[in-house]
Amino acid sequence: MSFVLGAIFAPGFFTSEPVHIALAIGAVAAIVTGTVGVFTVARGQSFAGEAFGDIGTTGGSGAFLIGVGPLWGFVIGNLLAAGAMEAIGIQRARGRDLATGVVLGASIGLAALFLYLATTEQSTTGATVTILFGSVFTIASSTIPLVLALSAVVLGLMFTLYRPLLLATVSPEMAAARGIPVRLVGALYLVALALGAALAAITIGSLLGTALLVGPAASALRLTKRPLLAMATAAGIGIAAMWLGVVLAYDSYEWPPVGHGWPVSFFVVTIVFIGYLASGLPGRRRGGRDQTPAAATPAPRLPAGD
Amino acid sequence: MLNAWEVASIVAVVAGVVGFFTVMRGSAFAAHAIPNGAFAGASGATLIGASTLLGLGVFALFGALAIGLLGRRGRQDVATALALVMMLGLGALFLSFSDQYAPAVYSLLFGEVLGISSNEIVPTAVLGVVCIAAIAAIYRPLMLSSVLPEVGEAHGIGRFRMEMLFLIILALATAMTVPVVGTLLIFSLMVGAPAAARSFTDRPLLAMALSVAFALAIVWIAIAASYETNYPVGFYVGTASAVAYTIGRLWAWWRNKTPADRTPMRPSQLPTAR
Repeated sequence: MSFVLGAIFAPGFFTSEPVHIALAIGAVAAIVTGTVGVFTVARGQSFAGEAFGDIGTTGGSGAFLIGVGPLWGFVIGNLLAAGAMEAIGIQRARGRDLATGVVLGASIGLAALFLYLATTEQSTTGATVTILFGSVFTIASSTIPLVLALSAVVLGLMFTLYRPLLLATVSPEMAAARGIPVRLVGALYLVALALGAALAAITIGSLLGTALLVGPAASALRLTKRPLLAMATAAGIGIAAMWLGVVLAYDSYEWPPVGHGWPVSFFVVTIVFIGYLASGLPGRRRGGRDQTPAAATPAPRLPAGD
Repeated sequence: MLNAWEVASIVAVVAGVVGFFTVMRGSAFAAHAIPNGAFAGASGATLIGASTLLGLGVFALFGALAIGLLGRRGRQDVATALALVMMLGLGALFLSFSDQYAPAVYSLLFGEVLGISSNEIVPTAVLGVVCIAAIAAIYRPLMLSSVLPEVGEAHGIGRFRMEMLFLIILALATAMTVPVVGTLLIFSLMVGAPAAARSFTDRPLLAMALSVAFALAIVWIAIAASYETNYPVGFYVGTASAVAYTIGRLWAWWRNKTPADRTPMRPSQLPTAR
């Protein structure tokens, strides 16, 4: 028994502090992104989620430049971008792609400038890679309270928004008829998405944050159509991917090339991707009906009694 | 400097034409994902010592096929996102194995137009001609399928086939443009210029010409400004694209406000080209 455990968990796994932090932060981020991600997928806003990851690069590099923690940069950059997208018109399905794209393009330009300044004036060439691909092993323990506070804010926002958001997602017309301010709900959700993406970015790097945001949620929505169950499933898949990724990355120090760990983000993304492919299998056996875009939207349990 | 000018102009023309259809089809996400994911191919190629262009091409095609095939049976945006992160995950792995990363990564992501050598002109030009020729060859069915997919299908133009063809053209354009303006910024060129052009006219060919003109102007301004100030080209490309789009939106808004020009047709809806 101990031999098997020893083969799975390399020596020192349970005593290493970075590993503890990685497991804790990974779980928190997975829960938050799972909750937010189900609506991202159902509302067809994966591109916005992905954009927030990249825009986080701008915020992160800007923060690096002025010497504050990257998480602040992610959060502030993403909130500003959410405002800009909302102003351009992300609420119309047709213009959504463009609104996201234009904000993303401008923000990447800024990131180019910030990273250029950071690498030339402070001669720290590693900054680019750290910000873009980040590693859950390098998170300082002082960041944890901030991560927890941010998670609480996002989960609180999602809890408050849940019912109107569900209705606005499934049927905007019916939501409007019931007096729900659809545009406001959409804008608030965009804020939750921006913050959730910032959390994902700090966890597995800004370019790969989308994996955590979209992957588990899309897999969960292929397995169940009930929104709350989908959220729980997505969080579970996310946690499994994060923890398995951390274990494998820790083990990989003993793989070739020896003495050089494989990036944890690579494992997480691969697991998430395989999970998505695997989640399509049950539906396919039943005739593949579940994969039509219409069926991928959660069938709502409309609010009863009001 | 002259090399940069020539190559960047070719890139701008291709980005203007391909970008026009990107905006028409609402494929901005794919236009973002393919170049971005192809970056992993470039880092993989550096790792095994192959040519960067080859690595970019292989991964761009791989990404286009993955997006098309996965998107056929699931949600398109989810498929795009997952194909993208999978490629980026591989990129992170390749990067961690190679030692010479930081400056190389930066130039691949954000472009290094001023460092282009003259032997890069010919491959870029050839790929550019191929892209434009491919677009010209399928112009009518592609246009119909982009604007009115249902009508296109009634005419026997398969939606999936057109999507795959378009994604492959996008992949080709990516492979040629990435070494010049970088993976992250080809996207703002492909979206900003055509989106701005669409605000000015409803006629497809005119819009495409305007889109090419805007892309050329953006690239020229960016190169000149970057040469003068030494700041990265990408910064100016991104900013100029956003400015062009803002001007386009302001123009559309101002035109809609003047009652004489108020027509039932909205600037966001182009008529079909027959």
